[in-house]
Amino acid sequence: MGVEGIGARVARKEDKRFITGKGRYTDDMVVVGMKHAHFVRSPYAHARIKSIDASAAARMPGVIGILNGKQLTEDGIGNIICGWMIHSKDGSPMNMGAWRPLAQDTVRYVGDAVAVVVADTKAQARDAAEAVVVDYEELPVVTDAVKAMQDGAPQLHPEAKNNLIFDWEIGDSAAVEEALKSAAHVTRMKILNNRLVPNPMEPRAALGIYDEAEDHYTCYTTSQNPHVARLVMSAFYNVAPENKLRVIAPDVGGGFGSKIYIYPEEIVCLWASKRTGVPVKWNSDRTEAFLSDAHGRDHVTEVELAFDENNNMTALKVDTIANLGAYMSLFSSSVPTYLYATLLSGQYRIPAIHGNVRTVYTNTAPVDAYRGAGRPEATYLLERIVETAARELNVEPAELRRQNFIREFPYQTPVIMCYDAGDYEASLEAAMKAADYRGFPARRDEAKSRGKLRGIGMSCYIEACGIAPSQAVGSLGAGVGLWESAEVRVNAVGTVEVLTGSHSHGQGHETTFAQLVNDRFGLPIDQVSIVHGDTDKVQMGMGTYGSRSGAVGMSAIVKALDKVEAKAKKIAAHLMEADESDIEISGGELKVKGTDKSVPWFQMALAAYTAHNLPEGMEPGLKEGAFYDPTNFTFPAGCYICEVEVDPETGKTEVVQFVAADDFGKIINPMIVEGQVHGGIAQGIGQALLEGTSYDPETGQLLTASYMDYTMPRADDLPSFNISTTETVCPGNPLGIKGCGEAGAIGSPPALMNAITDAIGNNDLTMPATPQKVWAALQG
Amino acid sequence: MYATTYHRPTSVDEAAKLASEEAKYLSGGQTLLPTMKQRLAAPSDLIDLRHIDALKGITVEGGNVRIGAACTHSEIATSEAIKGVCPGFTYLAGHIGDPAVRHMGTIGGSIANNDPAADYPSALLALGATIRTNTRSLAAEDFFTGLFETALDEREMVTAVEFTAPDKSGYSKFRNPASRYAMTGVFVCKRSDGSVGVGVAGAGSDGAFRSPDMERALAGDFTPAALENISIDPSGLMSDMHASAEYRANLIKVMGKRAVQQAV
Ligand SMILES: Cc1cc2nc3c(=O)[nH]c(=O)nc-3n(C[C@H](O)[C@H](O)[C@H](O)COP(=O)(O)OP(=O)(O)OC[C@H]3O[C@@H](n4cnc5c(N)ncnc54)[C@H](O)[C@@H]3O)c2cc1C
Repeated sequence: MGVEGIGARVARKEDKRFITGKGRYTDDMVVVGMKHAHFVRSPYAHARIKSIDASAAARMPGVIGILNGKQLTEDGIGNIICGWMIHSKDGSPMNMGAWRPLAQDTVRYVGDAVAVVVADTKAQARDAAEAVVVDYEELPVVTDAVKAMQDGAPQLHPEAKNNLIFDWEIGDSAAVEEALKSAAHVTRMKILNNRLVPNPMEPRAALGIYDEAEDHYTCYTTSQNPHVARLVMSAFYNVAPENKLRVIAPDVGGGFGSKIYIYPEEIVCLWASKRTGVPVKWNSDRTEAFLSDAHGRDHVTEVELAFDENNNMTALKVDTIANLGAYMSLFSSSVPTYLYATLLSGQYRIPAIHGNVRTVYTNTAPVDAYRGAGRPEATYLLERIVETAARELNVEPAELRRQNFIREFPYQTPVIMCYDAGDYEASLEAAMKAADYRGFPARRDEAKSRGKLRGIGMSCYIEACGIAPSQAVGSLGAGVGLWESAEVRVNAVGTVEVLTGSHSHGQGHETTFAQLVNDRFGLPIDQVSIVHGDTDKVQMGMGTYGSRSGAVGMSAIVKALDKVEAKAKKIAAHLMEADESDIEISGGELKVKGTDKSVPWFQMALAAYTAHNLPEGMEPGLKEGAFYDPTNFTFPAGCYICEVEVDPETGKTEVVQFVAADDFGKIINPMIVEGQVHGGIAQGIGQALLEGTSYDPETGQLLTASYMDYTMPRADDLPSFNISTTETVCPGNPLGIKGCGEAGAIGSPPALMNAITDAIGNNDLTMPATPQKVWAALQG
Repeated sequence: MYATTYHRPTSVDEAAKLASEEAKYLSGGQTLLPTMKQRLAAPSDLIDLRHIDALKGITVEGGNVRIGAACTHSEIATSEAIKGVCPGFTYLAGHIGDPAVRHMGTIGGSIANNDPAADYPSALLALGATIRTNTRSLAAEDFFTGLFETALDEREMVTAVEFTAPDKSGYSKFRNPASRYAMTGVFVCKRSDGSVGVGVAGAGSDGAFRSPDMERALAGDFTPAALENISIDPSGLMSDMHASAEYRANLIKVMGKRAVQQAV
């Protein structure tokens, strides 16, 4: 490992511009003649649009155009789609209702876009939007998924009877029922996984530019996957064919999943730009973000875990109802199915597993992937029930887990996934040691003397990253392949550009991807530029989510680097009249093994471009591309241990210790990995302790639509994290990487809830464990 | 935000002359500006009070404390003079919002707004403070009249707050996890004549209030134990998604005990 190579703790190159306020985000983009959009949004959760009267608004100062859903339909703009087909267990395809970018007949959640005003200034657009008179006929509302399935509940879409989108299953139901019957012990729980609002620091934004002369569109947008945005807008929304649509996702200030999807606003900005003849910019305010960003989680689950007389797990039965909100967002169907139920085996040998998932429409914001996407839900229910079972069986939670760990790899679970490598005992041991687990009783007694209830809880998570083998996901219903692309361009002076289909919105790719080049050729990372986020520069890519940029994105770069290295060696061998198999590259030089002969890297590069002296038949230049399609998911795993102190008088929980021992495989930059874990744990603690999304059940109004009522984790809610890594190399990709972006958010909620319920001696507690709820639980 | 006209008067009279039904005084803007940004308020004119010398400054003479309406929470929190005579008050100011809010927000703006979750009203009620306006003086008890309601009329402005320092004072606050306003805050003080003041923030459905029961219990015995057997009636307390009336009743007692514990 060099100072900037693989494994080096290199400071992030991109941070200078971010921390000096020089980042260039979508809202920083200004083009000549640009005007501003404001969306007219539904104040009702469910209503019929009887009429829209924009005549007074159209006469207001600065107004250029006011457009509605009818015009959008006239222009042939398509429905917003869900890109993953799920079939119900009876074989029928999912019941997908139409999602129009601008609602035409019916609005289905508070914030549903109805019309757009384009005006000279933001304020004028907003003023005019207020003057657009929409006549609504209110309809009955349902926000709760369980209630939405009942007979007589308000119906959102004609396609989905009783609001049921699909009723899907995985695993062997008969085997599970059999095992439950013959079990020595069965633990049963009802588990709620609370709905979360993603809240990236940068709200969503879009700038649509239509160039009439060229009949060409450009879209700046806050996207985690600009190429997918272009593909979908071209293939499904009929905005423009791909060759006439350029999508640019410049600096993006956090996504956490919420910026994967194609939302109404970017489609409408592009379309409105053509309709009005001016570039159209929209920037979400925080309230709009609360209302209209895709939310996460929102599951209700009944779960049963069966044991034999020796406390070996014999079966797991899971019945989940997932609230998908008013419309099916891009990946919404995959999250509570293939990203969730395929992880139900956790780290354990469970011979029989059955999961049933029903997804439901409600009058709430659409729900889709949010940091972890399905895997936090699986981990939460499994790690809560394992801990609960240990309490019921009166065995140590760590021992019950240890006894049931999977120890041989590859391990085929009963729910599709085949784990390739892992050592769960190692992370459990590392975490218990770091947490001084055995010393807990003394700490509990000491806390008691201060009037505090101290509790400890753990969670052993596994997740699936590096999504995903294209053929496999295709067979499961995905509408896209999940490979990644890379291109490595060596310039004539030897500096390097890496073009990647991954997208960085906080992950530090400009640093870690450059470290790969440094490691290979010994070039300083300062001489390596990472190019991403622009469909005109990078041909195609699948973007960043599901911790795929390392395992998939970097693997593509490695493949391209292999090709560059091979050609560079040929050129150098030719220049030095040596055999190419004797050339080695290090420290920015190409050397002939065992001699003092060498050519500097830049000289080799120059030779490639002057082409004065290249091997017979070789094409000039040095530029190679590669596509990498993974062969399997990767399986990061680890053990988290949390200790809390509860103030019994107020119910307030303080997280006093948090230990994470993660196995992420090989690590490119430990500092960036630590940052990912810190952020993930902060979000997990946020989910478990603080963040609750609440809709009024009668009116469907979002009650937690600002930071006055929605509690984000703040620095003083968090302890200093004690984190470390263990390593089993991932056999599935050339770098041995597993991925680390979501682990923190996946592993931490159950550890925290196990700790609080341990402290208060009452297991009947839901997330977020607010002081009020904990206090109420203590009153019994 | 709707368009508005900004004024920067330098005297109380000039400010008062600018006042009208459609205009609003602007102090730290920590409440008014977010409300305007959400378009929930649309004053035609903003009359900035932060550049009027008469509204500034803190004086402590003997036990008499005078705080100008335009003093920020931060100025109050860090005032050694106030801390010397009424540490509970500086502690309270130091626990409002976050540093940015404390450096902008003012005591005048806070009490004129009389948010039920605001901290100061509890202290001013407990201390029996006097609120001075450009036209009159009011006892705190007459000034705070209900949720977001005060005795101020349209164009009247708060100019200062005055109180006599007690022997002991303490404040204990349980913050709303999201907004960090008081979900329940209790200010206690003990005067030289042995009488006790207890003010409660964040809990009453009519805004901050005094608790005669707790005052009586503490008058004889100014210790946390004196509140042990008090029972707080949840009726009349606020109930919302963050805290039920029962939970707030519990918090009043617990924060009351802790305020007494801390009182110096
Ligand atoms: C994030 C955040 C957290 C907060 N946390 C807390 C908290 O924990 N505890 C708490 O108590 N408060 C809290 N606040 C409110 C804060 O203390 C405000 O400063 C205060 O409510 C208003 O004071 P201001 O000077 O900003 O007044 P402004 O916002 O300028 O004005 C508020 C209202 O008072 C009127 N007004 C202003 N000055 C006068 C005057 N001299 N005479 C008559 N009318 C006047 C204005 O016209 C307006 O109607 C918080 C605010 C924010 C934004």
